[in-house]
Amino acid sequence: MTTIVADAHGAHDAHDHHDADHKPAFFQRWFMSTNHKDIGTLYLIFAIIAGIIGGAISGLMRAELAQPGIQYLHTWAMMSDGPDATMDQAYHLWNVLITAHGLIMVFFMVMPAMIGGFGNWFVPIMIGAPDMAFPRMNNISFWLLIPAFALLLGSTFVPGGTGNGAGTGWTVYAPLSTSGSAGPAVDLAILSLHIAGASSILGAVNFITTIFNMRAPGMTLHKMPLFVWSVLVTAFLLLLALPVLAAAITMLLTDRNFGTTFYDAAGGGDPELYQHLFWFFGHPEVYIMILPGFGIVSQIISTFSRKPIFGYLGMAYAMVAIGVVGFVVWAHHMFTTGMSVNVKMYFTAATMVIAVPTGIKIFSWIATMWGGSMTYKTPMVWALGFIFMFTVGGVTGVVLANGGVDDVMHDTYYVVAHFHYVLSLGAVFGLFAGFYYWFPKMSGKMYNEFLGQLHFWVFFIGVNVLFFPMHFLGLSGMPRRYPDYPEAFAYWNAVASHGYEIMAAGMGVFFINLIWSLIAGKKADANPWGEGATTLEWTLSSPPPFHQFETLPQID
Amino acid sequence: MKMVKSLILAGLLAFAPAVAMSQDAFAQDNAAAAANATAPVADSAAAPAAAAPAEKVAAPARMRPTEGIGMPRPGEITLQEQFSPTGRQGRWIHDSLLLPIITVISLFVLGLMLYAMVRFRRAANPVPSKTSHNTVIEIIWTVVPVIILLVIAVPSISLIAEQYKPAPKNALTVKVTGYQWYWGYEYPDQGIPEFVSNMQTPEKALANGEPYLLSPDNRLVLPVGRPVKLIITGADVIHSFAVPSLWVKMDAVPGRLNEKSFTIEKPGVYYGQCSELCGARHGFMPIAIEALPPAQFDQWVRSQGGDPAGKGGAAATAAAAADSAAAPAKI
Repeated sequence: MTTIVADAHGAHDAHDHHDADHKPAFFQRWFMSTNHKDIGTLYLIFAIIAGIIGGAISGLMRAELAQPGIQYLHTWAMMSDGPDATMDQAYHLWNVLITAHGLIMVFFMVMPAMIGGFGNWFVPIMIGAPDMAFPRMNNISFWLLIPAFALLLGSTFVPGGTGNGAGTGWTVYAPLSTSGSAGPAVDLAILSLHIAGASSILGAVNFITTIFNMRAPGMTLHKMPLFVWSVLVTAFLLLLALPVLAAAITMLLTDRNFGTTFYDAAGGGDPELYQHLFWFFGHPEVYIMILPGFGIVSQIISTFSRKPIFGYLGMAYAMVAIGVVGFVVWAHHMFTTGMSVNVKMYFTAATMVIAVPTGIKIFSWIATMWGGSMTYKTPMVWALGFIFMFTVGGVTGVVLANGGVDDVMHDTYYVVAHFHYVLSLGAVFGLFAGFYYWFPKMSGKMYNEFLGQLHFWVFFIGVNVLFFPMHFLGLSGMPRRYPDYPEAFAYWNAVASHGYEIMAAGMGVFFINLIWSLIAGKKADANPWGEGATTLEWTLSSPPPFHQFETLPQID
Repeated sequence: MKMVKSLILAGLLAFAPAVAMSQDAFAQDNAAAAANATAPVADSAAAPAAAAPAEKVAAPARMRPTEGIGMPRPGEITLQEQFSPTGRQGRWIHDSLLLPIITVISLFVLGLMLYAMVRFRRAANPVPSKTSHNTVIEIIWTVVPVIILLVIAVPSISLIAEQYKPAPKNALTVKVTGYQWYWGYEYPDQGIPEFVSNMQTPEKALANGEPYLLSPDNRLVLPVGRPVKLIITGADVIHSFAVPSLWVKMDAVPGRLNEKSFTIEKPGVYYGQCSELCGARHGFMPIAIEALPPAQFDQWVRSQGGDPAGKGGAAATAAAAADSAAAPAKI
């Protein structure tokens, strides 16, 4: 790991007062920013707003699913499609909700927060760079997200087939998304993905360039903090996967509007081509969402165990291995599409291989804790929660990897449970861990420790009550994306909806903590976590100067 | 081979919706089916499956489902009871192999974490060790998971091989077509033209003693003990034909003919639901298989104006029943 020569930046701190901390005026600072920390802050604010919208949508869904029958959906449809909305429009609204929840959480909450937010804030600092390699491109990356999000939200107000909005699921499968969805809603959603994708590709280019070219003297690749490694691997995944998505959805657009038949068998195309292209992007995408979480958790476990990370190289290359193997397992999302037996066997075996590097990471985190001297501040409890919840989500992934078993689980709530355990309890726990870990650094204020712990426990109980019963629903056969279900599924659905209420209460605690801490939080020291926090951001003041490292730090 | 076959048939299938529509006229119960095609849910109340057209042979009485068999049970926490050889094999792999392994791994990780959290808290261990490498243990936690995965992979791969065994020659072929938002079933060898299957209204389901949202008016009637080969396709968008208690799930993709073979071991009604998002009424196009003993199945075929002895027909049904009774697991 990294050892820092202390006086390298002691000298530069002296400059802070005159030029390093000169901030531009409000409009110039926040709307024309070239500062990686300000852009990171913008990303985090954006992700929080998108998260509130996406989370509220899941609240609507859990309210409707709390008991069998249609309780609210028709009323909501009358709000969205007019007072004479039909039941079919109500059902279509359901599909719009699931689509919006998925797309918002993936593209506008987790990715902007992980990569845009924490990546922007801390990658340059952790490698001892003054800023990102392309500061203006960094700004474009962020501002592209605004029209992208506006297009997605706007799509819910225009016709999308049976009713208003795109009701295709976040996977946008053809032909439901082509001949099955008349009206401009799906076009707007596709355009939204195009722009969000362009934003991510620009961001990825920026991160790769920054990490390869702007490391401080002595900061070799093998000394980089694991969070930087995780963002580097993620950036490569983005760079390689997103163009495939762009191609896939461009062909959707031309199939929809210009008479091509890429995904239409009647014209010599094939609907499954879309699925192959989508999942060639989609599977790396799930690692794009979770890898930065791995990085964050590695920093936190090491900090609060007061030990260097165990098996640093193994940890770094496990992430590389996950990234590489993640590109050759995509068709395990398509086990029931009628692929040949050999293909199904290959994708079963290849998928299971991913469990090995993932296991290395889990055990290395525990080994980092082993022999440590641990304190359980809020970021640490979130990180520990991450490790266990991600393990639970990971092992159900091994179950689903079996092509033969997937025949009964595919597209049931078991899959919903699995990916919410790795994302909602994995990636999101990683986000909260990182947020509490770096909040003092970013804001200069300490968060409230009691509220942080309370947030963890309420949220932890809530999401487990919410998502664990979904395993049972899936095993007994409840399909995904259903607004109504047979009586037999009523019990666990009711439990899950109560879990949502608990989780929402936990989020209430989070927002109270956030506002209280920003207004009245104690002033944070440069390093509030003690000797375990060895990365470069803790050598700077809290918050860091507007421009850091005008004299580059020297790394041993 | 499947690929080639699919490609050849892709062109033909372009006309599938049109053909299917025109076939409605020949369906099981004509008036009802034709009405269904235009206004599925509203009219399905008026389409009692038992009301077969006046034929010389009466259809067997509509079978009543057994509570909790072939359908989810209230508050269930595990897989549905299985009624096909593949289903029993698959359920064994899940219940006896995968579930114990993942439970043990999760508890092992939890135990290690809890132990470390207590033993190495700051109060108990004020001075942290500086250990950051141990080659032996790193090799162990790489190799042991590989071994566990191999233990899983062997039966798992054999389950896939089992599922993809081509159906024997005497198998009954049924063409299944997914429509927005109902299913169509056709028995080409028996000469039974396509009839459609719509969800029953809550009142109708209640009157018939069947679970609402799971029960369609016309069921897919299949023989017990004889291998069944479903040729599955979609007419408009992708649907997925799924019956959890038979371990069956296969997408109905426009332009493709997917094949799914299985054998039902016991008479009964087995329910399923569309399992690929297909538009507004995705949640309202249920599936029900009524599995009849061979003699009754032949009676049903005759009642529909079909010929049980059609290509690989009646004789095959009886013979296959005898075969599979002797060795049911080998199908």
